[in-house]
Amino acid sequence: MTVITEDPGAANAAFDAAVAADERIEPRDWMPDGYRATLIRQIAQHAHSEIIGMQPEANWITRAPSLRRKAILMAKVQDEAGHGLYLYSAAETLGVGRDELLDKLHAGRQKYSSIFNYPTLTWADVGAIGWLVDGAAIINQVPICRCSYGPYARAMVRICKEESFHQRQGYELLHTLSKGTAEQHAMAQDAVDRWWWPSLMMFGPPDDESAHSAQSMAWKIKRHSNDELRQRFVDICVPQAEILGLTLPDPDLKWNEERGQHDFGAIDWSEFKEVLRGNGPCNEQRISQRRQAHEDGAWVREAAAAYALKHSEES
Amino acid sequence: MSAALCLGDDALVLSHRLGEWAGHAPVLEEEVALANIALDLLGQARVLLSLEGDEDELAFRREERAFRNVQLVEQPNGDFAHTMARQLYFSVYQELLYERLAAGEGPYAPLAGKAVKEVAYHRDHAEHWTLRLGDGTAESHERMQRGLDALWRYTGELFRPVEGLAEVDWAALHGAWRSRVEDVVGRATLTLPEGSDGSGWSAGGGRQGVHTEPFGRMIAEMQHLHRSHPGATW
Amino acid sequence: MSDWPLWEVFVRSRRGLSHVHAGSLHAPDAAMALRNARDLYTRRQEGVSVWVVPSAEITASSPDERDPFFEPAADKPYRHPTFYELPDGVKNL
Repeated sequence: MTVITEDPGAANAAFDAAVAADERIEPRDWMPDGYRATLIRQIAQHAHSEIIGMQPEANWITRAPSLRRKAILMAKVQDEAGHGLYLYSAAETLGVGRDELLDKLHAGRQKYSSIFNYPTLTWADVGAIGWLVDGAAIINQVPICRCSYGPYARAMVRICKEESFHQRQGYELLHTLSKGTAEQHAMAQDAVDRWWWPSLMMFGPPDDESAHSAQSMAWKIKRHSNDELRQRFVDICVPQAEILGLTLPDPDLKWNEERGQHDFGAIDWSEFKEVLRGNGPCNEQRISQRRQAHEDGAWVREAAAAYALKHSEES
Repeated sequence: MSAALCLGDDALVLSHRLGEWAGHAPVLEEEVALANIALDLLGQARVLLSLEGDEDELAFRREERAFRNVQLVEQPNGDFAHTMARQLYFSVYQELLYERLAAGEGPYAPLAGKAVKEVAYHRDHAEHWTLRLGDGTAESHERMQRGLDALWRYTGELFRPVEGLAEVDWAALHGAWRSRVEDVVGRATLTLPEGSDGSGWSAGGGRQGVHTEPFGRMIAEMQHLHRSHPGATW
Repeated sequence: MSDWPLWEVFVRSRRGLSHVHAGSLHAPDAAMALRNARDLYTRRQEGVSVWVVPSAEITASSPDERDPFFEPAADKPYRHPTFYELPDGVKNL
């Protein structure tokens, strides 16, 4: 990757001006090292989340209770693989290879969203993931469609377009359960009880503790603060839960007339930190399945590469 | 024995097996490809089963002995080469069969006309991988050959006539299948297995509801949730 | 995967339109790249035709040359139809 060398000051000024004018930064433009590193970290984490996120849902493909649901779930898990690919492809424009990023994921040196370290215990969890986890992801992701880095923004546009079906199918699934038999209703309520708090944690630590927020906002990689997005999510979910006929597991959740927003209870950040540290229910399992799939696939990837080499003169 | 059940169960069961790959594929691009094939097959299964009755009733409430799929499609995935060998054998068969049904005037002509395009792609996918694994590394060659060998005995069953598909000349279908498979396998520097393809064995097969042991566990998993909530909607 | 090169994917969304860059993917060779591209970038009928090009084969204008490359075009407004004033009432021009 070549960069402008004559006048770093001018290059930096051009970068700042482009960001200030809401123009997009493109792969071959000069960019500060910190900007590049932040993007690689964030896009990689995002891509890893998509592919690790396949696991908790794929867990139910073989047990989906109707053929319609099975088709939906398979398509959804497939989309997540696709979204992972879009994002790895965006990361690669920054000069880092997918294999390198995967190695870091497998070695535990890059993170993925902690939400996927929780298990899917019942079929209703598939619905709760769609409604709450994908719902939170959409709120996080929509602003990234305007991210200053072009390839990331474009990948997010594509992803957000596809993601809206994910949330709807989850909501519809939960609604069907909630209005179904007493057992189905209980299953749905149990899932929402377990996924609500982890979903709130998906927006990241509170603004005053968020390590990367300020710089990311200045670079227009990030457009809204964690707490702002979290509040938006809560306000959207409350009426949706009512229509579902399910309750959200927070006794302090109530409308605040003065603020025009909902107040909600304190988040248990010690749990968040434990899961982040690797002590969640499924951290070990998720990474080892990923590593296993990668290792089991090595001979396939090698075979195809060997074939390509042998036959490269043909066509 | 209804043809819709035979063809529908083939598609349903193979789709299920391919769905088991989700999250385990050798490379991300292949996650997407395998899911595409599984979704095509599931779509075909739903159309076919609906010709026969309620699709969910048929998929989730039938006992093992009532399933009419060939034994080939119920075989566990094994490694990627094993899955590709199963894909090659089955998709070549399915494409040739659907071509014939599409050209005929029977009740399955419209479905087959649409499905044959999907299946042609499945066959293409299987052929490309057969070539790459067969003519890739020594390890992949050995694994691919092992897959072809292990599944060979389930191929004869594909060509036992299915009632209600009068437009199909099964012997000709078998011949066309063999030459197509032989061609790909040859180009992949592999050999078609010797020994019985199982067509001579007459104790019954999938079309008569006689399945292999892994199938029982497969449908136990598939049906468990649905059966645990009788009368529920999902 | 370092052995699987990167390919750029271009998709024609419908007949009559140009191929547009959609993204990239890894594949061992052109045949597989084309199939992977079809599976990944046209899952929702987004395309009727796909091109794949090895990323390494693309020659791009350098950002360093931004000015000399593209600025000359900026001072040729007479290349654009809006440059010209037309008398009132003239049609089909």
